[in-house]
Amino acid sequence: MATRGFTGKRPADTDARRLPPGQYRTEDFPVLSMGPTPRVDLARWTFTLHDGPRPLASFTWAQFESLPRTSWRRDIHCVTKWSKFDTEWEGVTIDDLLAAAGVTPPTDYLLAQSFDDYDTNVPVADLVEGRAMIATRYAGAPLAAEHGGPARLLVPHLYFWKSAKWVRGLRFTKKDEGGFWELRGYHMYGDPWREQRYTDDP
Amino acid sequence: MTGAPPAGAVPATAWTEATLERIERQTARVKSFFVRAPLRAHAAGQHVDVRLTAPDGYQAQRSYSIASAPGDPLELAIEELPEGEVSSYFHEVAQPGDTFDIRGPIGGHFVWRASDGGPLLLVGGGSGVAPLMAIVRERLRTAPGVPTLLVYSARTWDEVIFRDELLRADAADADFGLVLATTRGPAQRAGDLARRLDAGLVAGVLSRWGQAPRHAFVCGADAFVETVATALVQTGMAAAGVRTERYGGPSR
Ligand SMILES: Cc1cc2nc3c(=O)[nH]c(=O)nc-3n(C[C@H](O)[C@H](O)[C@H](O)COP(=O)(O)OP(=O)(O)OC[C@H]3O[C@@H](n4cnc5c(N)ncnc54)[C@H](O)[C@@H]3O)c2cc1C
Repeated sequence: MATRGFTGKRPADTDARRLPPGQYRTEDFPVLSMGPTPRVDLARWTFTLHDGPRPLASFTWAQFESLPRTSWRRDIHCVTKWSKFDTEWEGVTIDDLLAAAGVTPPTDYLLAQSFDDYDTNVPVADLVEGRAMIATRYAGAPLAAEHGGPARLLVPHLYFWKSAKWVRGLRFTKKDEGGFWELRGYHMYGDPWREQRYTDDP
Repeated sequence: MTGAPPAGAVPATAWTEATLERIERQTARVKSFFVRAPLRAHAAGQHVDVRLTAPDGYQAQRSYSIASAPGDPLELAIEELPEGEVSSYFHEVAQPGDTFDIRGPIGGHFVWRASDGGPLLLVGGGSGVAPLMAIVRERLRTAPGVPTLLVYSARTWDEVIFRDELLRADAADADFGLVLATTRGPAQRAGDLARRLDAGLVAGVLSRWGQAPRHAFVCGADAFVETVATALVQTGMAAAGVRTERYGGPSR
């Protein structure tokens, strides 16, 4: 039902096509995190792939920086309703990462894990075949700590909480296990085009 | 999430109809909107999503913190932003009796319950005081002995939302402290500050309080939250004890 007296500020048609339901466009780059921004020392930074508890492969920062790099320009969508268009990222795709590690995904699910004990679940199928990367640069500069630097997961086709900041590894899990926000009322999958914000959303 | 929803409540995330019951001016730029909606009981710190629909079906959604204590009528304290699509509707158009869509309560992290205890530090900037007000009210009702300090940054004395209620709590409750930091106007009380919060000021306020906070809740515009949360970790607080709610706002 219409809200009496509300007309709204419609986005331009070109924007409207790129905006998932319930989102609005911002030019800013808002920050969303559950707590303070961790400062991660590159000398102690490692990135590890685990199968459950078992480590499969690990990279130091220098090793990670020598992996093949990819640049993307993508729209991103935050569950708090803002979307930002044409954000420019550089990093290592999950495909290239797995190839360099010599790892074939042992399960269909994983948890991306962060230095601040944040984690979030993403199906492996949503990370491979060019759908996700570990990003270390934003708009041509090293990724700022506030936005997840030194490195964050980038899964632009899902709500942005899935793009874990300050990422320190990926842990393959036998079943789809909820991460930090997923255990606190947010959707297990988080497709912005189906508006999967909260647990019970279809 | 706590226990079972009360009978008749809808699932936490389904859209339902809210009716605006009463509007109360707080400051020049903030009004409280009291709404009636069949939502399940909230916890202090949570928010709702509201959705407005234009005659042609176009919709806009935003999040608003719940400022009322659990069990009280739902209160949203909304600041009017220039040209703001949803906040201007609430300030310029909405009248008691109007209806809109609402869902919630939402959020399982920026939440304080009496069983969490203290010492409890609350730091809010501008309208970011809203969920902290829910915590202040809940604490007063369910755990008045919990040592609590609210550090609240507003532009001026006249822009302090919930001012009378906070001053009363400060005067009446030895375990509750209030420090107001005004960024564009003079300090009015001993211990208040006439400056923008920075790391040094946060450390100074904490050492004067004399308590080591176990839980900190920081809420406001992104830049404000970033400054304060970083400062708290620098004072030695465990990062896991610092919970943040970021409202957005212009990039620095
Ligand atoms: C979890 C959560 C809880 C929130 N709770 C509250 C609350 O209790 N009270 C409240 O007033 N707001 C709250 N907000 C902010 C609110 O959701 C809206 O973002 C705000 O009302 C602006 O919406 P709008 O449609 O009026 O403005 P828009 O049309 O979206 O934006 C208008 C202009 O204002 C700028 N802007 C957006 N946000 C801010 C800001 N915070 N400060 C300065 N400029 C800004 C935008 O960049 C834009 O230029 C909350 C946000 C979140 C994520």
